[in-house]
Amino acid sequence: MTVDSPEKLLAPVLSAFWDQPESWTLDTYHRHEGYEGLRKALAMPADDVIALVKDAGLRGRGGAGFPTGMKWQFIPQGDGKPHYLVVNADESEPGTCKDIPLLFANPHSLIEGIVIACHAIRSSHAFIYLRGETVPVLRRLHHAVREAYEAGYLGKDILGSGMDLELTVHAGAGAYICGEETALLDSLEGRRGQPRLRPPFPAVAGLYACPTVVNNVESIASVPSILNRGKEWFRSMGSEKSPGFTLYSLSGHVASPGQYEAPMGVTLRQLLELSGGMRKGHRLKFWTPGGSSTPLLTDQHLDIPLDYEGVSAAGSLLGTKALQCFDETTCVVRAVTRWTEFYAHESCGKCTPCREGTYWLVQLMRDIEAGKASLEDLDKIADIADNINGKSFCALGDGAAAPIYSSLEHFRDEYEAHIEQRSCPFDPAASTAWADRSNSAHQEVNA
Amino acid sequence: MTSETTSAVNLGLPQLPAPDYPAEVRARLEADAGEVVARYPDSRSALLPLLHLVQSEEGHVTRTGIQFCAEVLGLTAAEVTAVATFYTMYRRKPSGDYQVGVCTNTLCAVMGGDAILDELKSHLGVGNNETTEDGKVTLEHIECNAACDFAPVVMVNWEFFDNQTPESAKRLVDDLRAGRTVEPTRGAPLCTFKETARILAGFPDPRPGAVEASGGAGHASLVGLKLAKGETAPARVVMPRGTVPQQADEPAEPSDTAKPSDTAKPAGAGEAADTPSSHDAPQKTSASDPAHPEGPVKDPQAEDGKTGGATPTGTEEGEAR
Repeated sequence: MTVDSPEKLLAPVLSAFWDQPESWTLDTYHRHEGYEGLRKALAMPADDVIALVKDAGLRGRGGAGFPTGMKWQFIPQGDGKPHYLVVNADESEPGTCKDIPLLFANPHSLIEGIVIACHAIRSSHAFIYLRGETVPVLRRLHHAVREAYEAGYLGKDILGSGMDLELTVHAGAGAYICGEETALLDSLEGRRGQPRLRPPFPAVAGLYACPTVVNNVESIASVPSILNRGKEWFRSMGSEKSPGFTLYSLSGHVASPGQYEAPMGVTLRQLLELSGGMRKGHRLKFWTPGGSSTPLLTDQHLDIPLDYEGVSAAGSLLGTKALQCFDETTCVVRAVTRWTEFYAHESCGKCTPCREGTYWLVQLMRDIEAGKASLEDLDKIADIADNINGKSFCALGDGAAAPIYSSLEHFRDEYEAHIEQRSCPFDPAASTAWADRSNSAHQEVNA
Repeated sequence: MTSETTSAVNLGLPQLPAPDYPAEVRARLEADAGEVVARYPDSRSALLPLLHLVQSEEGHVTRTGIQFCAEVLGLTAAEVTAVATFYTMYRRKPSGDYQVGVCTNTLCAVMGGDAILDELKSHLGVGNNETTEDGKVTLEHIECNAACDFAPVVMVNWEFFDNQTPESAKRLVDDLRAGRTVEPTRGAPLCTFKETARILAGFPDPRPGAVEASGGAGHASLVGLKLAKGETAPARVVMPRGTVPQQADEPAEPSDTAKPSDTAKPAGAGEAADTPSSHDAPQKTSASDPAHPEGPVKDPQAEDGKTGGATPTGTEEGEAR
């Protein structure tokens, strides 16, 4: 087998020194060229920084893939209003687990990126909206922000450039919807987190109705390396339309779940091959390319390039690159039921199709899983999903529909088996993390 | 708005006024609140941190806490209540010192989160969102907490307990109830829920060593980096996709024999119907007129017996969120 070596396939940048002692401190960050990108940025005119990030081709790592530099460019300049940068650290999409380990191990990469971005968009107040359910990360952010103030990377006249910047760390309170950028802004304004109608877009009327950039943690944290090493370096990785490196999060029934930082466009097969594959004795059944809101894929899709274009062409979305892998012990109906319950719980209630549709999907999915449904109900859930998809203010509704229609497309026979057998044909015990541990113990006893 | 109106005529309005904090507590909280408000260009942005702050005082968001936030920010109690009831981290009733949350979103549930939650329920003798009699542990199921590469995950006071099993989770809650020091896989040695709430309000953890505790990244966060450095070969045998042993036909058999207690009931399905997770389990509305404790909502049980966890009315469903 001609498999590229992990050294060749992977490209740790953000994660390059997570294994160092006290990787989260400013000292460690300094030892790894920390804040060098900022020094270069502050020596450049703000518009040149925007142009550089645009030319590098960095695209949003939070799921939508919108070009980061273009987002910055949309901020009207000379309008006399305050501008704000809000970092979306509300990582809650099921399966997504990249920003939290990044902030736990290397918070300064985000802070450096924030200062660079604020220089570019002429902002003097930035916010990190961190989901509240991750207190260990909050501690390290508090610590890192204090270190950055003391070192003169935040506050008045940063590094003698004349730039001022306040950075506020804001802990959320448990609402998936606040990962949606306009709901996040409402939440940050002290309201219920409900999405806003667009236009106006946040670039024109965002936080406190002022021009605002909302960026994902990983997007902003990737900026310092672009400033420090240049756009050609960044473009040497990935593809023409999806350049650069990114964090892929492998989870589920795999031999080595974890974070794999690689150039855009690696395939799941490559990642599995270098990491030891699925857990021993099992095979891949279905997976999500970027969290539960991205239509699920099967072992037919192992070779699609994991970049924005590649995954879209396969009928799904790159999303957050949360590669949740499930093996053949997993009941797809159970998996989709859980996700559907999640969306019903997290629907903010603003738009009728999402609020009502997710509620009824839960009722039907539970019946199907329990073997109490009829075959007509399969058409009904497809119909409800169709009535949610694209018919609400924000993408939560689309996300709720995605597992339904994608699982029906690939695993309709499994839905039908639940209905025909009047029960679920799977044993949940077989898919637990410890199932094979007890198996092998059992087999040893037999031998 | 006057309290005479509410006492004389029953309008179903919130009980007013809420009892105030003792003067000393109020003075202390006002000083803290001033610090929080100063962080934001607009005072209302301080509402979420202030709700964490009042929760750090009393362990849940009380009417007094709501009134306090309203007065500090110049809002009505209704405006504050609307926000407090939207977010799941604000507790609406007295709860334990340790909030034990078992992730039962799909990936963790499949990897064993369901089994862990079941085990803890029977071990502790409490249901979802209920507290043990000693007031130590509140058990709840939670949604994805961004640690899927450490599944199954249990959170206690929002610190990470990675790669749990039913046995390890039982030991964990036993230790918590016995008052032993418990250290998370990632995070600082546990403090109480109230102390955690204060950190969430934006007041850094004062304990020495809290930031450093549990070291750098967790093991799963490092697997890719180690491979890239050529440090470790994959620990397990590489399984080329095309040539995987065909065990798929009888995946369940070995564990079936290992678990003689299985009934004919599909465990996952039965559970979904029996334990409506926080998903659509109706929560109480905020404090109301005692004569109308739940507002004009009928008893859910009376209307719909079809699915155990169904919430039959739209109004109540709206409140539950």
